[in-house]
Amino acid sequence: MTAAIDVDARSIRRIALNHRLSRWDVRFSPYLYISPFFVLFALVGLFPLLYTAWVSVHDWNLIGGQGDFVGIDNYVTVLSQQYFWTSLRNTFSIFLFSSVPQVVLAMGIAAFLDYNLRAKTLWRMGVLLPYVVAPVAVALIFSNLFGDRFGLINEILGGVGIDAIRWHVDVIPSHLAIATMVNFRWTGYTTLIFLAAMQAVPRDYYEAAIIDGANRLRTFWSITVPLLRPVIIFVIITSTIGGLQIFDEPRMFDQAGQGGANRQWQTLTLYIYELGWGQRNFGRASAVAWLLFLVIILIAILNFAITRRIAGSTERRIRTKGKR
Amino acid sequence: MKKNRQAGGHDRRPGFWVYGILIAVLFGSAFPIWWSFLIGSQDAAAINQNGINWIPGGNFLANAATVIDTIPFWTALLNSIIVSTSVALSVVIFSTLAGYAFAKLKFRGREGLLIFVIATMAVPTQLGIVPLFIVMSRLGWTGSLWAVIAPAMVTAFGVFWMTQYLRDALPDELIEAVRMDGASMIGSFWYVGLPAARPAAAMLALFTFIATWTNFFWPFIVLDPGNPTLPVALQQLQAAYYVDYSLVLSGVVLSIIPLILVFIFLGKQLVAGIMQGAVKG
Repeated sequence: MTAAIDVDARSIRRIALNHRLSRWDVRFSPYLYISPFFVLFALVGLFPLLYTAWVSVHDWNLIGGQGDFVGIDNYVTVLSQQYFWTSLRNTFSIFLFSSVPQVVLAMGIAAFLDYNLRAKTLWRMGVLLPYVVAPVAVALIFSNLFGDRFGLINEILGGVGIDAIRWHVDVIPSHLAIATMVNFRWTGYTTLIFLAAMQAVPRDYYEAAIIDGANRLRTFWSITVPLLRPVIIFVIITSTIGGLQIFDEPRMFDQAGQGGANRQWQTLTLYIYELGWGQRNFGRASAVAWLLFLVIILIAILNFAITRRIAGSTERRIRTKGKR
Repeated sequence: MKKNRQAGGHDRRPGFWVYGILIAVLFGSAFPIWWSFLIGSQDAAAINQNGINWIPGGNFLANAATVIDTIPFWTALLNSIIVSTSVALSVVIFSTLAGYAFAKLKFRGREGLLIFVIATMAVPTQLGIVPLFIVMSRLGWTGSLWAVIAPAMVTAFGVFWMTQYLRDALPDELIEAVRMDGASMIGSFWYVGLPAARPAAAMLALFTFIATWTNFFWPFIVLDPGNPTLPVALQQLQAAYYVDYSLVLSGVVLSIIPLILVFIFLGKQLVAGIMQGAVKG
């Protein structure tokens, strides 16, 4: 009798324990699952970013480590140096040369891929091919194609009577060459993003427009482009974050890797590298990194403001069209 | 949808000129790669002649052998495989776990934390390279592959991607059912969450692998010249043979062969992945 009660008490206790364990399981497991991301991100993402601010207000040598607190001295020095402004200009210039033509080209190619093609996948794979070539390899190929003396591009230009362009000497040509590398690698990727958005456009819109007598070009401008605006903005935002940090292509454009003899194509990230690992001045390198971060944030906010307005107006337009 | 597409006048088969334009586009994306083979297969004398030799020379293997002797090619290849595979695996595992929690489990602070994850996607972690370098040298990891792998082990994009996917792909009833059958939380993840996540996880692995393989900036800073990844090794090739493009470009061809192979076998999935991500993003 007593034994039976004992057993019952034990099993009740066990059930209670199981119950409690299960409650803990439900309550804490989610945190356990998300914690690797947060712990690792805090260590290798967030902490370095904040610590950059700390380093930037100190004398800090690559070998010697932390020195005296110097306040905003590093920022003042960097902002007074000509190379900082040159690289800021170069970064924006290369970014514009790569993002504007890329969006236009990708839209056009996507419009053609949106036709009812035979062997769809093959064409799509074809435009994506450059995406698997590393930027370093792309840069090596194109710095040959853009060779100042015997480069293929200058040979072709010579063939149609244009003088050789000094791609590795002059400012704008070097930016164009570097932007071409970026465009080569990314246009196909962007094209597919646009294509996906185009295919989501309800086909009835086109049918209605065609019945109204619109041609292909007209439907592209009046239906496809307005509906794609949010996607265009998305592409611009992501390419801004990446584009302002460009390093691989300008680094590999010549052998010295400092962005040209007069820093014609030195970008901000190249400048950070030169300050930090060339001159071993981690303090100043961090100051530039933070300045670049502020520039990116500024542009992100600007983008965001524009996005909301444009996305809002597109929505309104489509809604009024629907009513009509 | 399918029926709708065929009904519209918009979806007639296009004329030949459309194919003509697309062939020109394809030429643009393939030509630079073909060009690097063209130059890489000739000897220095042949490419220094006036005019362009449009026929591949027979010198590719000899050039490749010189390249392999000059830079630590096999080490670099092996390193690239190790780094890209382990980063892809780790990103997929941690992203799937976190994505499962965000998509399907209820816990306090979920919304806030998810917004935080999405916000961090806009933070360029590259800008923290100075402190990251300080951390790695304190740990004694500079020069080792750990310094490349560790900072890449999680990505906000991965977490976001898996959360989005699992939200739609995995019905809540399924999780409740296995929970009723007595599975623990990790059990429900293992038996229901993971199988449901498989297609998106494969896609994420593929993209992470390519991104890691082609990455240059951080490995270039933190690795030793003798123990590089492929892009870092290629950079040394340029320093060694700046004027001899036949050697530089044969090295380029050698380095892009692995990913071209991946592309041939998985290009279709790659296309599908980009288009799927675009619609959701």
